[in-house]
Amino acid sequence: MKLLEMNHIKKQFDGLEVIHDISLSVNEGEILSIIGPSGSGKSTLLRCATMLEQIDGGEILYMGEKAAWVEADGRQNFPKGARLKQIHSYFGLVFQNFNLFPHFSVMKNITDAPITIQKRPKDEVYKQAEDLLQKMGLSDKADAYPCQLSGGQCQRVAIARALALNPKILFFDEPTSALDPELTGEVLKVIRSLADLKMTMVIVTHEMSFAREISDRVIFMDKGVVALEGKPDEVFDADHTRIREFLGKFGR
Amino acid sequence: MRRRDALSRSTGKHRKELRRGTRRYIIMKFSVMLEQLSSGMLKSMGIFALTLIFSLPLGLLIAFGRMSKNTILRTITKVYISVMRGTPLMLQLLVVYFGPYYLFGMKIGGGYRFTAIIIGFALNYAAYFAEIYRSGIESMPAGQYEAAQVLGYGRVQCFFRIIFPQVVKRILPSVTNEVITLVKDTSLSFSLAYAEMFTIAKQIAASQTTFMPFVVAAVFYYVFNLVVAVVMERIEKCLNYYQ
Repeated sequence: MKLLEMNHIKKQFDGLEVIHDISLSVNEGEILSIIGPSGSGKSTLLRCATMLEQIDGGEILYMGEKAAWVEADGRQNFPKGARLKQIHSYFGLVFQNFNLFPHFSVMKNITDAPITIQKRPKDEVYKQAEDLLQKMGLSDKADAYPCQLSGGQCQRVAIARALALNPKILFFDEPTSALDPELTGEVLKVIRSLADLKMTMVIVTHEMSFAREISDRVIFMDKGVVALEGKPDEVFDADHTRIREFLGKFGR
Repeated sequence: MRRRDALSRSTGKHRKELRRGTRRYIIMKFSVMLEQLSSGMLKSMGIFALTLIFSLPLGLLIAFGRMSKNTILRTITKVYISVMRGTPLMLQLLVVYFGPYYLFGMKIGGGYRFTAIIIGFALNYAAYFAEIYRSGIESMPAGQYEAAQVLGYGRVQCFFRIIFPQVVKRILPSVTNEVITLVKDTSLSFSLAYAEMFTIAKQIAASQTTFMPFVVAAVFYYVFNLVVAVVMERIEKCLNYYQ
């Protein structure tokens, strides 16, 4: 079943088109990695999928439901009220720089949205949060504040926060780009454990070996288009000038 | 003036008696003076408290208007803030008090004096607070809004649960500045002859030809502000649990 469909997405900033007609879909349980040089539109594509940016062309569907589309006058439209809330509950996003709420404790960061937005019972949410923290290896940090944590710990809390809303699909926007190699390892380990649980994920990353190892499918983006798409081995070993250049394997 | 004439004309014996008399007169009056002044202090504190109660929320509303996408609303609040900051508070108080009569021919009772003072102060301070709120809100990183949006917070929930608590921490030093200025500005109520601390001090000083009330007034304002500063510092410390 297709969890996410993006059809003919176009996005421009002040007349400069950064995404030219991209279509992609993500099946349930699939892990899709998006790689490519900086400025190729990877993050923008992710921000369009998570409705942080409005699209200038095409349509986005979650579970077959229209989440965003472009009207004849070129403006983006999206469902209102309960429908929008429903669609928002389908996905979660992990940011490059975590964006934890600094005034909330780790526990509150994770439980606030499920309790106040999803109106779920407190006991259940706290139970789930404790489980998540244990999975993240952060059981002892429940009462800490984000400023007392390392970057790797922050990112793991951010992942737990996204998971607490029980999303069907989880997006990662360069989750390890702000971390040193050791902390990157911590976070990648957590993402791997999610892969073992068959979590559907879309990962924008610069960790090439990680992408190759974990993904079911890889998209190589360049200058706002999908330059290559396929199984990890197909993409990484492709005889394609641009990806050779990008991977730094030119002539090797 | 009259007393100095009397002094210069009187003989030495007279002079001594007069001086002693004057001193006795002051000593007698000091407790009465303090009593009168302290009733004024309560009124100053009343102006202070009510101004904060009204201007802090009003300032937030004005800040919203100032940052609104609606051009008309934005322009109105911009002009409002500009006028409120660009004209003297004393003048604004006079306009609020006398305006209803001179502009609309309304009859105003004595009870309006205090109301006028609170309206004048609240309107003026709200303009300053609005700009302080705006500075705090605009300094918030976009990532906080985005994280809240992705987690499903609505605009209102996002503002009051995520943004505003952090804004409070950021703007506290500027608010402290404004609050301290307010303590001293309550003395401007003398322009409407409202019997707060400074008005009474001026009256006693004039009628008793003594400097004492001003000293008492200075001590009062200073101690008041000391308390304000200590309280605000404590609040800042309470919010120091996160960065």
